[in-house]
Amino acid sequence: MSSDAMAIRNVEVGSLPLVETLHGWLTTVDHKRLGILYILSALLFLAIGGVEALIIRIQLMRSHNDFVSPEVFNRMFTMHGTTMIFFVAMPILFGFANYLVPLMIGARDMAFPRLNAFSFWLSFLGGLLLYFSFLGGSGLYGAGNAPDVGWWAYAPLGARAFSPGHSSDYWTFALLVSGFGSIGTAINIIATVLCMRCPGMKLSRMPLLVWLNLVMAGMVLIAITPLSAAQIMLVIDRYLGGHFFDTQAGGSAVLWMHFFWIFGHPEVYVLVIPAFAFLSEIIPVFSRKPIFGYPVMVAATVAIGLVSTSVWAHHMFTIGMNSYANSFFAITTMAVGVPTGIKIFNWIGTMWGGRIQFKVPMLFCIGFLFQFLIAGLTGIIQAAVPFDWQLSLSYFVVAHFHYVIVGGILFALFGAFYYWYPKMTGRMLSERLGKWHFWLFLIGFHLTFDVMHVPGLLGMPRRIYTYEPGRGWDTLNLIISIGAFIQAIAILVFVANLIISYFKGAKAGNDPWDAWTLEWSTSSPPPAYNFATVPVVASRRPLWDLKHPEDPDNQYE
Amino acid sequence: MAGLIIAESAIFTIFVVAYLFYVGKSLTGPTPQEVLEAPIFFTICLLSSSLTIHFAGKSLERGKHGAFLILWSLTILLGGLFLYGTGREWRRLIYERGLTISTNLFGTTYYSLVGLHAFHVTAGLFMLSMVLIFGLAGRVGADQFRRVDVLALYWHFVDTVWVVVFTVVYIVGR
Amino acid sequence: MRCTQKSIANVVVLTVALLLCSAASEAAHSPSTGLTNIFSPESTPAKSIFNLSMFVLAVTGIIFAVVFTLLVYSVVKFRGNPADAGREPAQVYGSTQIELAWTIIPILIVVVLFLATARVIHAVQDAPKPATAVEVTVIGHQFWWEYRYPRLGIVTANELHIPVSDPAHPTPTFLQLLSADTDHSFWIPQLAGKTDLIPNHPNRMWMDPQRTGLFLGQCAQYCGTQHAKMLLRVSVDTPEDFGAWVRAQQRPAIQDQKVAAGRRVFETTACINCHAVGGSAANGRFGPDLTHLMSRETIASGAAENTKENLRLWIQKPDAIKPGSLMPAMQLSDADLDALVNYLETLQ
Repeated sequence: MSSDAMAIRNVEVGSLPLVETLHGWLTTVDHKRLGILYILSALLFLAIGGVEALIIRIQLMRSHNDFVSPEVFNRMFTMHGTTMIFFVAMPILFGFANYLVPLMIGARDMAFPRLNAFSFWLSFLGGLLLYFSFLGGSGLYGAGNAPDVGWWAYAPLGARAFSPGHSSDYWTFALLVSGFGSIGTAINIIATVLCMRCPGMKLSRMPLLVWLNLVMAGMVLIAITPLSAAQIMLVIDRYLGGHFFDTQAGGSAVLWMHFFWIFGHPEVYVLVIPAFAFLSEIIPVFSRKPIFGYPVMVAATVAIGLVSTSVWAHHMFTIGMNSYANSFFAITTMAVGVPTGIKIFNWIGTMWGGRIQFKVPMLFCIGFLFQFLIAGLTGIIQAAVPFDWQLSLSYFVVAHFHYVIVGGILFALFGAFYYWYPKMTGRMLSERLGKWHFWLFLIGFHLTFDVMHVPGLLGMPRRIYTYEPGRGWDTLNLIISIGAFIQAIAILVFVANLIISYFKGAKAGNDPWDAWTLEWSTSSPPPAYNFATVPVVASRRPLWDLKHPEDPDNQYE
Repeated sequence: MAGLIIAESAIFTIFVVAYLFYVGKSLTGPTPQEVLEAPIFFTICLLSSSLTIHFAGKSLERGKHGAFLILWSLTILLGGLFLYGTGREWRRLIYERGLTISTNLFGTTYYSLVGLHAFHVTAGLFMLSMVLIFGLAGRVGADQFRRVDVLALYWHFVDTVWVVVFTVVYIVGR
Repeated sequence: MRCTQKSIANVVVLTVALLLCSAASEAAHSPSTGLTNIFSPESTPAKSIFNLSMFVLAVTGIIFAVVFTLLVYSVVKFRGNPADAGREPAQVYGSTQIELAWTIIPILIVVVLFLATARVIHAVQDAPKPATAVEVTVIGHQFWWEYRYPRLGIVTANELHIPVSDPAHPTPTFLQLLSADTDHSFWIPQLAGKTDLIPNHPNRMWMDPQRTGLFLGQCAQYCGTQHAKMLLRVSVDTPEDFGAWVRAQQRPAIQDQKVAAGRRVFETTACINCHAVGGSAANGRFGPDLTHLMSRETIASGAAENTKENLRLWIQKPDAIKPGSLMPAMQLSDADLDALVNYLETLQ
């Protein structure tokens, strides 16, 4: 991919033979290539996870449907959730972080390039291991099958007694393996950001994307590890006769829930904070103004990171905690909405008074703003604990978190794709196809996930392979399923765009968007060594200073 | 290394929480009071090894290779003694007192927590031994003391965890 | 051109919103026998939740309207046009006063929401149990519900009967929630919020339905293959009807000589390993108590109507009704099966 773009002029480099190119990619320690590998593997799992979602939606199109058996359905939602969180969202965000962080801080690579490669391959191996379960996870009924305990694997459902065979073990080990990869990446990001910034780039001059990925990495260290610990305990229970979650021996199913959600809640902030990072880079450029309130944005993110470690039991409001515990988690959950809201206001403040350009990256970011607003509010709604006693475990929650992950994170990711694809490949993505992608996906998204709130309000629980007619859920589910297919078509348009533009897209040049951070100062794609000379910066927007020497940023901040 | 220590601390915290949560909740015996004997001697071994590794690092910094190698070997020896002590205690618990990981909640949490720590000691000893081999081959120069210090930080972490585990298992839990 | 794009967006959002509203109202007014609509509460806990939810929705609705308007305004008013190319707008870096404003106001909103929430949490969770309460122990199984009324000496399954509660002289029902295997959740939206059934972790909940009728729900915590068909039926009876039902349940099993052959099949095949019939040799506890099987409208926890054909099918081939349930296919001859079903049909 990048073998034919060099910053050193007048040197002709012919294409290498295929085997050597592949070998280069397989053994690379270059953060840019690893970033692209993360992204490509995530896109592969996105397609698989998407198919699983479509199977779910076809089955639920009408009551008492028999498209798939209950056993298959239960595997589908387990695999869909596990795949999307661990093998799509986390890798793709790590991929963008890997690619962009060194470039944005003027470094030549990450602090530990080989650890970087190791972490990627661990993550990819985890995904393969999870899917191998379809072949090798011998259950009671013979041939292999995938885990079917839900992506939370609640105790005691994950115990040997209720989950015979090895399907749950594939879930456990796939996540243990990729979890170690995630910890490696997190350590790498922290070390890189703290130790490898170019001269002049004080912490207060880093692009927000770098700040936010730093916070994300810190959270990964303390969020993923509780899950790893709980999974080790589960393995001890399943294979060494342990009783951590064995309720017959006095063990506690609730303990698993606490451990899982101590991981699970910070995990979703690990996912959304990099999405915030994309917005914080893209919105300023397409509003032609700097980000409004940079220090507040940093402080708010740190606050979100800290407070989010204290909200986990809001996933457990129905398990029978006492009223004081319920009240505590209610207020912490509502409290975390405050810094999050501040960020939304700051993005609006960035657009305010600007000259907004509605290029495709910005369209996706505007979509994010509307949708994340709604997602955040449905979160606050659920923080009202008694209301959550109705809403929890229903399709209202499913609608809420898909609103965050698809309407929020995925939209931000699409924005990031359109924004940085030119830097990574040297070619622009097609604006026309991009607009088709955006509008189709927007319509499909809203059709599915706006409507999905309603069955929850009408009493439809989640994780059911079929439902009774006459409860008012039928038509709604049909609409939801139609929206899913529209989203699938939009994704196909997106993939087509990625492929076609790679060969036929307009040449991008260094800086197609007239942006201000360091990655736009080098060629597209950057050479292996990133910068011909290590940059020296004097403000938060070094390229703004270069383009506007009469009005440099460091006069004002 | 600091990042790794933070992550590992989180893992240990979860195991400690599980241990504390289940204190007194086993449905059957044996109980900690009945079978545990605090391994004072071997604890002293492990904690002293923090001292020896610290001085080993200092010696290397000052270029005293001989002292470095001796103190480094002493560290490994003391760590190995600690592991031996753990093994001996486990043998006693399993064969004489009938406590295994599957006996009851105490058994499960005890062997998991102490075992997790012992695993980290083993991994540490492995890394320390590699450095010893490099050192004996003359490849660890005085200019490498910072790298050796990173490993020593890990070792100090392992010792600190033992202080916590010891307190939780042998003091609080009884 | 940008204007029309935003208009299209607004039209899309409005269309979807309208669709939503019409779908919701269609569902709410659908003439089905039992609604599971959380906005049609018929019991005090559900009503407290409903009132809180209206307040919370109002507050978040206002927040949404305000921020939505700001968003739309900023996107429309500050759109650039190609004539601007090369000219940058004023570079504003922030404003401490604005930041303070939009920090303090949300904090105040949080305080208000929290106080409203905490009040209802305590009112519902910490409600004392009056002496007039009916006590039911609910035990969740994969994939059916066991009900025991300890003070009345009743054991039954899958269909709960409780008395209606007069607000002037309340007779609420207090449920103790236990589990025999994995996690479940008891959810009848019109009567109360849901509470989980977790092994080794007893929970309690209460409800005081204020009108008679049939209320529906289902298990809400994924519990395995047939989680979807672990349905709930609660019959809220008048005090007289409830009394009659209790007395009928307290009677021992009807002994009808005409079905002795079927009874023999029941007692000599594996049925009694799992099922109990009061006053007989059968006292298995793994499956539902069948003493008064015919007093129930459905079998397999709501998965099928309690008819002779379904009963026969359930015994012969449970996978046809609820694949993955723990009822085994009994592999009986047709003659034995017919006799057995005739026997079961006498268990009124």
